[in-house]
Amino acid sequence: MSQQSVEMILVRQLAGYLFVPVVVVDTAGTLIFYNEPAERILGVRFEETGRIDHKEADRLIELSEDPTDSPDDTGRPLLTAIQQRRPLHARRWLLRRSDRVRLQVELTAFPIIDQEERVLGAMAMFWERQGP
Amino acid sequence: MKVTPYGVRGSLAAPGPATARYGGNTSCVRVTGPDGTVLVLDAGTGIRTLGRELPAELRRVDVLLTHLHMDHIIGLGFFGPLFDSSMEVHIWGPASATLSLDARLRRYLAPPLFPVLLRDLPCRLELHHTGRGRFSIGAFTVRAARVCHPGPTVGYRIETERASLTYLPDHEPALGARRFPLDAEWTSGFELAEKVDLLLHDAQYTHAEYPGHVGWGHSSVHHALAFAHLVGARHLVAFHHDPGRDDAALDQAIDAAVADVRPDFPVTIGAEGHTFDLGRSPTGAEPAPSIPVR
Repeated sequence: MSQQSVEMILVRQLAGYLFVPVVVVDTAGTLIFYNEPAERILGVRFEETGRIDHKEADRLIELSEDPTDSPDDTGRPLLTAIQQRRPLHARRWLLRRSDRVRLQVELTAFPIIDQEERVLGAMAMFWERQGP
Repeated sequence: MKVTPYGVRGSLAAPGPATARYGGNTSCVRVTGPDGTVLVLDAGTGIRTLGRELPAELRRVDVLLTHLHMDHIIGLGFFGPLFDSSMEVHIWGPASATLSLDARLRRYLAPPLFPVLLRDLPCRLELHHTGRGRFSIGAFTVRAARVCHPGPTVGYRIETERASLTYLPDHEPALGARRFPLDAEWTSGFELAEKVDLLLHDAQYTHAEYPGHVGWGHSSVHHALAFAHLVGARHLVAFHHDPGRDDAALDQAIDAAVADVRPDFPVTIGAEGHTFDLGRSPTGAEPAPSIPVR
């Protein structure tokens, strides 16, 4: 496995210290890191899984549209952040397939762009929504 | 490839009898290729002497800056070739998100900090932005990559067919790591230093000092040893010594860490004027330090 850029390494280190669940993906959309609070949402531990590709992520969770969300931001927020090089705030229903728990989450995704304007990946922070 | 430090000190020059053995100049290293190509790594105070010792027939010199903190550029205005109209000087270094290398250097090489303007230097001067990637200078292949240190900072890997050198004078790969080292994928500087013959690496702090300096961009000696082990370096040179550490204290700091870690590779305390002659064997695997290893 080749070395991550220093920008992505620092993103991971930051995420490792946050209370908010954070996931980090590379430009292919592969989940390359998630922090401990995110482990509770995903139902798996990063130390055990390592990176998680698209297919495996789909086996773990299902994200579905929230009708109360803006119709402009449909689809996969992290991929949108990478492909459109922009931040995104969205609401989704998240189904954890292992125990069929369904959570309503709000998330902010944004691309990681280095000083040479190259997109290196994206990160998303999740908040579990309490009530309507 | 011959590698000679002219400055091994970090942060601030520390001249005087107490630092005479290892030297008090800030970061500067001369690298001479088999074809006579000369690279200068960083432009700390050591560059003044380096400039005076260049071969008279040399017409081109390349200065590779890792970053623009003052201890790494303060000697630039005193580098003789810049004032020699027969010289071609190439300066390589990182730009920032909003400023070119030229604009960033002009912040120092201009009044009120310096009397001579960059554009008024008589040499033929070319500036090159160093981002990620490889480039060639004479017999050398140079690879640069961003590394963990405050502000835009790169490290360099310099190779010939027979030898390799990695220069990471200001580097804090342990920043934020709950345990260090993490695996290679998540370690700053890994690809630059993997299986290198000679690694010049930041070792500014002791293990006890580091917690009080987290985020300042430097490593403890223990971190330097752990990094060198992870990357499989064949020889570590502890570099960027704290200006507050005299020769005796430096011996003590490095010796204590080496005794604690027991590395399986030689460790040398970086010292001004001590030349490492790399690549004399066909594989380049046997660097020949000119001072005893620890």
